[in-house]
Amino acid sequence: MTVLKDRVTSRMVAPVMRRRLNPFLMVAVGAVLVVVLTYTLPPFRTYQLATIGAYLCVTAGLTVLTGLNGQLSLGHGALMATGAYTLALWQNKFNLLAVGIVVAILVTTVAGLVIGLAAARLRGPYLAGLTLAVAVVVPSVASTFDETFNSDQGLSVILNPPPESMTVEQWQAWLCWGGALVTTLVLALVTRGRFGRDMRAVRDDETAAKLAGISIARTQVWTFVISAACAGLGGALFAVLAQSVSPGAFPLTLSLFLVMAIVIGGLGRLTGAVIGAFLLVALPAVAHEIGEASGSQRLEGNLALTFFGVVLVVVMLAAPGGLASLRLPRSWRARLSRKPAHRAGS
Amino acid sequence: MSALLEVDGLTVGYGAAPVLHDVSLTVQEGQIVAVLGANGAGKTTLLRALSGLLPPSTGRVVFDGADLRGVKVERLVRHGIAHVPEGRGVVTELTVDENLRLGGLWRKPQPPLAPIYELFPRLAERRSHLGHQLSGGERQMLAIGRALAAQPRLLLLDEPSLGLAPRVTGQIMALLRDLRDRTGLAVLLVEQNVRSALSIADQGVVLSLGRIAARDDAAALADDADLRHAYLGF
Amino acid sequence: MDRFLFLTFDGLSRGAVYAAFALALVLIWRATRIVNFAQGAMAVATAYVAYSVADATGSYWVGFAAALVAGLLLGAAVERVVMRFIDHSSPLNGVVVALGLVLIIQGVLGMIYGNEFRPAEAPFSRDAFNIGGVALLSRYDVFVFAAVGAVVVLLTLLFTRTPTGLRMRAAAFAPDVSRLLGVPVGGMLTLGWALAAAVGSLAGMLVIPTELGLHPTAMDVLFISAFTAAVLGGLDSPIGAVVGGLIVGLVLSYISGYLGATVAPMAVLGLLVVVLLGRPDGLFARSKARTA
Repeated sequence: MTVLKDRVTSRMVAPVMRRRLNPFLMVAVGAVLVVVLTYTLPPFRTYQLATIGAYLCVTAGLTVLTGLNGQLSLGHGALMATGAYTLALWQNKFNLLAVGIVVAILVTTVAGLVIGLAAARLRGPYLAGLTLAVAVVVPSVASTFDETFNSDQGLSVILNPPPESMTVEQWQAWLCWGGALVTTLVLALVTRGRFGRDMRAVRDDETAAKLAGISIARTQVWTFVISAACAGLGGALFAVLAQSVSPGAFPLTLSLFLVMAIVIGGLGRLTGAVIGAFLLVALPAVAHEIGEASGSQRLEGNLALTFFGVVLVVVMLAAPGGLASLRLPRSWRARLSRKPAHRAGS
Repeated sequence: MSALLEVDGLTVGYGAAPVLHDVSLTVQEGQIVAVLGANGAGKTTLLRALSGLLPPSTGRVVFDGADLRGVKVERLVRHGIAHVPEGRGVVTELTVDENLRLGGLWRKPQPPLAPIYELFPRLAERRSHLGHQLSGGERQMLAIGRALAAQPRLLLLDEPSLGLAPRVTGQIMALLRDLRDRTGLAVLLVEQNVRSALSIADQGVVLSLGRIAARDDAAALADDADLRHAYLGF
Repeated sequence: MDRFLFLTFDGLSRGAVYAAFALALVLIWRATRIVNFAQGAMAVATAYVAYSVADATGSYWVGFAAALVAGLLLGAAVERVVMRFIDHSSPLNGVVVALGLVLIIQGVLGMIYGNEFRPAEAPFSRDAFNIGGVALLSRYDVFVFAAVGAVVVLLTLLFTRTPTGLRMRAAAFAPDVSRLLGVPVGGMLTLGWALAAAVGSLAGMLVIPTELGLHPTAMDVLFISAFTAAVLGGLDSPIGAVVGGLIVGLVLSYISGYLGATVAPMAVLGLLVVVLLGRPDGLFARSKARTA
């Protein structure tokens, strides 16, 4: 955990270095860290580490969508459910995990394409409303087609035992972080290039972007599709972690948690996605312990809920300019914007 | 005769280049004072500062003996000041009648609208039309009529001639002169249309780059050829 | 044919509730350009208040009144404490803050009342009585129509016949000009939020006995339906909200009647997509608003 923090802070201190950091190097360092951690942490902590990895897939994609492209999706919990159910159905039929994960990503990508095509024509509250509807409605699909999805009970996921040299938790952590690191690597490469510039241009000023020859709709749809694929992978990994899927695992609050995670993590940076994923695991764990200590069952989940909500509201009201100012801490922006002036003056 | 409105050393804006710098002027009861100047001279800023839409950085604004510093915008009308903003400020989603009622809504009992309709027969014909169905001239009449419905002692008027045909501008100017003569209404008139404004004003103030460049009787200003060339462009 | 008639009345009864809830969304959108995504959670919170009060006093009607009062207070508090300070440079800011409120309200309700469904009884029988040999309406449906009808009439009177209503409309359409005319715009916004929240509470009280009961998330699906209704009518139009609510109610009633109740949530989503993509400005919108 401290190691994670170190990675995060080292990037925060040196924003100018950020562009020059080799994403391959970062991923390699991350992989080494995860391997070391899986051999030092107790099983339960390793399981939590794995969960962070699964969340990271989703928060990284969502950070790109909202932070870099300015589209807010409240439906990513539902996209995770899509990936999870796809994997469960696949596993129970073929029991081929590697292919199953790819299939889960593909199916979720198609779902994301459908939503993204609609989303590209919508803005602000309309887009939020549509994706909110997706998040609320998709879990109910399980009851509609209960022969396939087994209604509220959900499905269990058949999995082969891990290789003999590893514990289940270690195997889960490697799998999830393998997915997470590949995801962040791909996203880092994609957002660095021309496509990343297009995404930001569309976010900042659609008219100017259009004048610069950027297709607004195409950029938005592609970004949505990419982030949906990430959510599909995250969902599939969750199915592996829980070894079951059910509608109750993907409520609306999951989607809201994801939004909270990226807002608090700092929009638009992949390091923010790491912080967000960490908080998504750490905060409920803390709340769980408080709940157990107080002996009140009602406190448990609801404490985390309330806390997330309070943090979200406070952060949004405290940040001048709201979401936009969260992209970079203010001191950086001041420094960055001051630089040219200094040069001109000297 | 004591001053109705007294502005003393008003400076608005921040840093080295305030939008208004050390502006002082007075408006007497029953007087029309024209504020003239080119685009960006600070005319609209002056009115916005007077009505509290912009907080003044320094300076004093006294109306009828009361210091207006810290008076909220929505309380200003109760002091007897009505501000007709630039671009006419008609609430386009409301009808003519509703707009007019809005003007005197804070008074108890609410003032009758009949005198306003008498003043603007055109508005009476269109009383149930929505604001966005009106022509530019009708909107200006509506905005002035709505301000008058509050029965103010001072009217702050921002560019009433903007975008209007000369004939309509003339009508509005005549109306202001008539109101002053009949009711003793004081008007602080911001205008780019210098000729029209000076034709009815008692006093004129010329703003240039946020400072007062000249002030004199309206007739004297209109006759001062150098001044006209330098600041007023005709 | 009998079944069709029954579904029609059932749909109108549902639609009346959607209409009320959509009306509350429109009131707030018109005044502040915020879609109040927390409105469902706020309504559930007041419904919990209502049933607590009803349990304590033994009277449903005291509880019902308590819900409306709690709605007024909660709406005013949300505007004063939170919504007033939202930065409007991006429309997403308001959305995210409202979602934060959803989490807070659902969390607090769960802590106080637990996360089990609590039965919520209706004040009138929900058995339909026969009209000409056909079971069409229950006493409860009549109550719903009466309550929503009263709200629509009262709001119409308020907005078109009273000085306060005129002030509220002016403050919503042109805040700066309204201030110059002496309208206390901040107070009008607070009042608008209070009224909207109370209308939302009413809708919650009407719908909760017809569904699974009280639960912190009990209004989630209703919110989607009402949002669909509001968008269908055009988010700026109160009349649109009412008409949109009735249309959505009818459509959902026919779909769940003929295709099965479990299809209804998906039908809402489908309807929303069709409305958003097919009728971009809503049925009654005056101006282009979709990208606002």
